[in-house]
Amino acid sequence: MLQRLRSLDFIPPKEAGVSPLLVKGLTVAYHRRPVLWDVSWTAPQQGLVAVVGPNGAGKSTFLKAVLGLVPPLAGTVEVFGRPLARQRRLVGYVPQRESVDWDFPVSALDVVAMGRYRMIGWGRRVSKAHRQAALHALDRVGMADFANRQIGQLSGGQQQRVFLARALAQEARLYFMDEPLAGVDAATERAVLDVLRDLDSQGRTVVCVHHDLQTVADVFDHVLMLNVKVVASGPTREVLTDANLRATYGHRASDAPLLP
Amino acid sequence: MGGMTGFLSIDLPAILAATFACLSCALVGNFLVLRRQSLMGDAVSHAVLPGIVAGFLVAGTRDTFPMLAGALVAALVAGVLIELVRRLGKVEAGAAMGVVFTGMFALGVVLIEQGAARAVDLDADCVLYGQLEAVLWFGPTDLSSLADPAVWSTLPRQVVQVAVVFFLCLALIVLFFKELRLVSFDPALADTLGIPAGLVQHGIVALTAIAAIAAFEAVGSILVIAMLICPPATARLLTDDLKAQVALSLLVGGITGVGGYVLGAFGPLALGFETSLNAAGMIATLSGLFLALAILLAPRYGVLAKRRRARAAALDLAAEGV
Repeated sequence: MLQRLRSLDFIPPKEAGVSPLLVKGLTVAYHRRPVLWDVSWTAPQQGLVAVVGPNGAGKSTFLKAVLGLVPPLAGTVEVFGRPLARQRRLVGYVPQRESVDWDFPVSALDVVAMGRYRMIGWGRRVSKAHRQAALHALDRVGMADFANRQIGQLSGGQQQRVFLARALAQEARLYFMDEPLAGVDAATERAVLDVLRDLDSQGRTVVCVHHDLQTVADVFDHVLMLNVKVVASGPTREVLTDANLRATYGHRASDAPLLP
Repeated sequence: MGGMTGFLSIDLPAILAATFACLSCALVGNFLVLRRQSLMGDAVSHAVLPGIVAGFLVAGTRDTFPMLAGALVAALVAGVLIELVRRLGKVEAGAAMGVVFTGMFALGVVLIEQGAARAVDLDADCVLYGQLEAVLWFGPTDLSSLADPAVWSTLPRQVVQVAVVFFLCLALIVLFFKELRLVSFDPALADTLGIPAGLVQHGIVALTAIAAIAAFEAVGSILVIAMLICPPATARLLTDDLKAQVALSLLVGGITGVGGYVLGAFGPLALGFETSLNAAGMIATLSGLFLALAILLAPRYGVLAKRRRARAAALDLAAEGV
């Protein structure tokens, strides 16, 4: 069953050199104010990518527009060479924690299992195998003991890890994460970094909105520097330069902590 | 007609209609309460009024289908109007909803008055309070006659209507429970998974409209609003599991339906008064009472439990000598 569903989504062989994500001319405006302007970007074949930029640079909007959650004025998005709508199965998303109502009457395991609803299919129950897979994903972020806890009774960091586990349970090839390391405790930071490294070593691509310039070079091999337009993108070593940072953050020094 | 025959012909069909109406509304109300859209039930049940009246005036009968069709058209029109007011007026969704549903309700009242002028059997009172007393079952004569299938085929149209709608809502919610849970909790994830959140949300509104329309003739729009909100809100306070919440809301809805009717019809008699109270009003009151009790006594979210925990925490601090 899983095999059959997976075969619906098309993953070209690595040798073909088709990028996991190809964005062309993406433009988004809220109330006539441009938030993203003509953003074109090709994701690397694999690895961890940080999306950096000042507040209001359109980083979260970039993720949402790529995922089809906000309507673009113009532009196209291709996942592994095909339109996103036909490749949804290959894409996982970790939104900001504030995006949902944590008082909702579901357990941590229920939330993680949601990542598998597309595989399970309309109108079908969550089978034991899928529940087991969800539990395994919770275990990978050190949250197996909290599986049956209502999500409102978890700490902020634990909630973040539940979201991460849900994305893992999707078994996607291309991940988008919106500030997974923002304001989390030490245990959660370790769990997130472990998962990122795991995904990297499995040849997945992870695109992360990241706010902390101090740690970009430690964690991410690639950066996309964004301020409404693309300022620079490429391997972190080459691209994360003072000149590019100034170009991205402008003169607002408070937004741009200097590199160590 | 007295005694058992009276009960079977007058009270039993009214209890059945009221209870099925309560159950349908309570069931779909869960998803309104969860999405913090309780007002949506209010909006929908008001906005469909002109459609119901128009359907009635056009068809000239109280048949279910024309009124249902009219109401669904009205619900669609209301949805489009709310979106238009929101975009053109640049106001928030709540404000747009408020303007549209009061406007459409007013239009419905005007239509009723115009219809009444043409001696049509429909008035504003029956819209607000329903006509439970008009639900009569001329079939059963005593308890043993209930065993006869032919008697059940004479079940009044209003009872059949709310029962069918209840089982329809129940079937859809059981079948698509997983999708409803996902879309209510995290519509953005649903969209990224390719499960269209907008479609499911429109489905919830459509089910709300259907439950409200089916229930309103028997019990009136005030009870519809109370039952869409009170039983799910009561259940929400008592559990942290969505399935348990839905089951509890049905239990509360069923108890208020039967209990409210019995209290309204026989309560004053038992106390020695020569009268009975409006059953729909009594049901709504009882559902409010249950909600008040849950707010006070719920094990985790109740006012008393919270106060007890706060006091225990304060005592702990005092014991540590802070």
